[in-house]
Amino acid sequence: MELIEAIILAVLAASTPLLIAATGELVTERSGVLNLGVEGMMIVGAACGFAGAWLTGSIFIGALFGIVAGMLMSLVFALMALGLAVNQVATGLALTILGIGLSGLIGAGFVGERITPAAHLYVPGLTDIPLIGRVLFGEDGFVYFSVALIVGVWWFLYRTRAGLILRACGDNHVSAHALGYPVLRIRTFAVMFGGACAGLAGAYLPLAYTPFFIPGMTAGRGWIALALVVFASWRPGRLVVGAYLFGAVTILQLHAQGWGVGIPSQFMSALPYLATVIVLVLLSRARTGGSTAPAALGTVFVPDR
Amino acid sequence: MRKSLLALASGLLLAGSVSAASAADKLKVGFIYLGPIGDLGWTYQHDVGRQALVKELGDKIETTYLENVPEGPDAERAIEQLVRAGNKLIFTTSFGYMDPTLKVAKKYPNVHFEHATGYKRDKNMSTYSAKWYQGRYIQGLIAAKMSKSGVLGYIGSFPIPEVVSGINATILAAQTINPNIKVKIIWANTWFDPGKEADAAKALIDQGADVIMQHTDSPAAMQIASERGKLAFGQDSEMIKFGPKTQLTSILDTWGPYYIERVKAELAGTWKSEDTWGGLDSHMFAMAPYTNMPDDVKKMAEDAQAAITAGKLHPFKCPVIGQDGKEVECKGGANLADGQILGMNFYVKGIDDKLPGK
Repeated sequence: MELIEAIILAVLAASTPLLIAATGELVTERSGVLNLGVEGMMIVGAACGFAGAWLTGSIFIGALFGIVAGMLMSLVFALMALGLAVNQVATGLALTILGIGLSGLIGAGFVGERITPAAHLYVPGLTDIPLIGRVLFGEDGFVYFSVALIVGVWWFLYRTRAGLILRACGDNHVSAHALGYPVLRIRTFAVMFGGACAGLAGAYLPLAYTPFFIPGMTAGRGWIALALVVFASWRPGRLVVGAYLFGAVTILQLHAQGWGVGIPSQFMSALPYLATVIVLVLLSRARTGGSTAPAALGTVFVPDR
Repeated sequence: MRKSLLALASGLLLAGSVSAASAADKLKVGFIYLGPIGDLGWTYQHDVGRQALVKELGDKIETTYLENVPEGPDAERAIEQLVRAGNKLIFTTSFGYMDPTLKVAKKYPNVHFEHATGYKRDKNMSTYSAKWYQGRYIQGLIAAKMSKSGVLGYIGSFPIPEVVSGINATILAAQTINPNIKVKIIWANTWFDPGKEADAAKALIDQGADVIMQHTDSPAAMQIASERGKLAFGQDSEMIKFGPKTQLTSILDTWGPYYIERVKAELAGTWKSEDTWGGLDSHMFAMAPYTNMPDDVKKMAEDAQAAITAGKLHPFKCPVIGQDGKEVECKGGANLADGQILGMNFYVKGIDDKLPGK
């Protein structure tokens, strides 16, 4: 019983940064922009988030630092890829390399420092309920926020006019432009939202997950977030499933090793990725016709004046 | 804030001086690092060694390092880059650089190479490593004494001989205290991913382990153990800051003296290819202070350390019984031969897990 609860708690913690970063990237891609710089924005968010929390002693301010840092990084991307219409793939990759270097520089003075991690909710009575108490009422703020975030994004994309316009930009920027929508401005906002989420996801690592900063501590999670968006076929509901599935397989394979299940650990480590590929194949087989990707994803748009 | 600004400024100054110096007659020494120098573990300790080298011989040499170099074919390019930049002695500091180093060494016979923890050598390529299993043996003794649940948690990186011999040494030692000791092993399949290391530590503790040992590089596991009120051993460097009431001891890599010795040989023109495998007696590594344990356990650890240093105690004293219940052939007289330890690819009796790939 306790073990199951512990596993669920670990899964939620492992999935949260992926969910936050992927949610941001989903919005960005839905507007038609492919920003491959998630890893770079995340790691800068981690460095700045830790710096903010260490200097002020407040996890909340640390998270804000992370968000702003991610946003600033994404503005560099927006300037290049949207403003100057540079190739998005190249710009995104460059942003990752820049981010890894920059975060090392920003974080250099903070390596070896430690902070008190984000507090967990405690509701007398409710948190103590066996099995579900701590899962539902004993998480840190990031976990609750990530759930609110994805629900909010779903509502925005499918239930608001602004969301419809954003999706229109992603599917056919020429039509959206002809209808009089400011495609590049909308895309810039979407890119900034993606940056903010990536920055927050990065900040989650040193503020709640492993409360210290070490260069390179995102260890590829930004790339997984990118893959999750494809896995979810650009739909928020599937994104939640994907993020938690990935987190669950990651944690369960560790437990399976501890139990001594006689399966090679190398295979176990590959399981989350394998699961992603399999689900992708199943999804694409189950679909009838056409790709679900935003039609204008990754294409450069230069408005004719 | 001031501290971070100072660190930033000194970092910039350092970078500036490296690129500015072109001193023609200084010996150029290069280093290839696996992680960032701020990993607080493996790479950090190598860089501490490099800094000791600069402090000692800074007027005669110039050092360059490349950090975050992935193991595998990419490393070859990085090593060649150092050769082309004029480095005459190059230290490649991770097991996975073995074949790339050998390839580059064959291509540039006039440059000398030093590869850490590998077993392939050439006339211009040395290897150096430390007998960490000796330290692991001491940790195994402490762990068995300190564990209340009788279950130890071990986070491995990759199932290579160095890690496997560490696990075996730990268990052999623990069995001398508690014959029924259990160990749960989780392979992270990475040297460095703080999140994953933390997850592995959580899983081990959730499954009943109360002493955590790691063979991965970040202090994440130490921090989780500290959060959960368990005990843990550091890795490569001093990690007590991340678990003031948690760290029992830590195996500290101390590369400085070796680097200084080898560079001095290079300067004197007496460098030759060698196979160095130093133990506690050679100061290739040291044990961090024994903390968070009762005095009798501390004394036991210190006695064991003294006995190993004096050569009176060998972790792999024959007979060593393998997992299959059969005695392992004893090629080194009273103990397993060095070669058997360096190539160790079996678990000893008492580990009820399967070695990956076996």
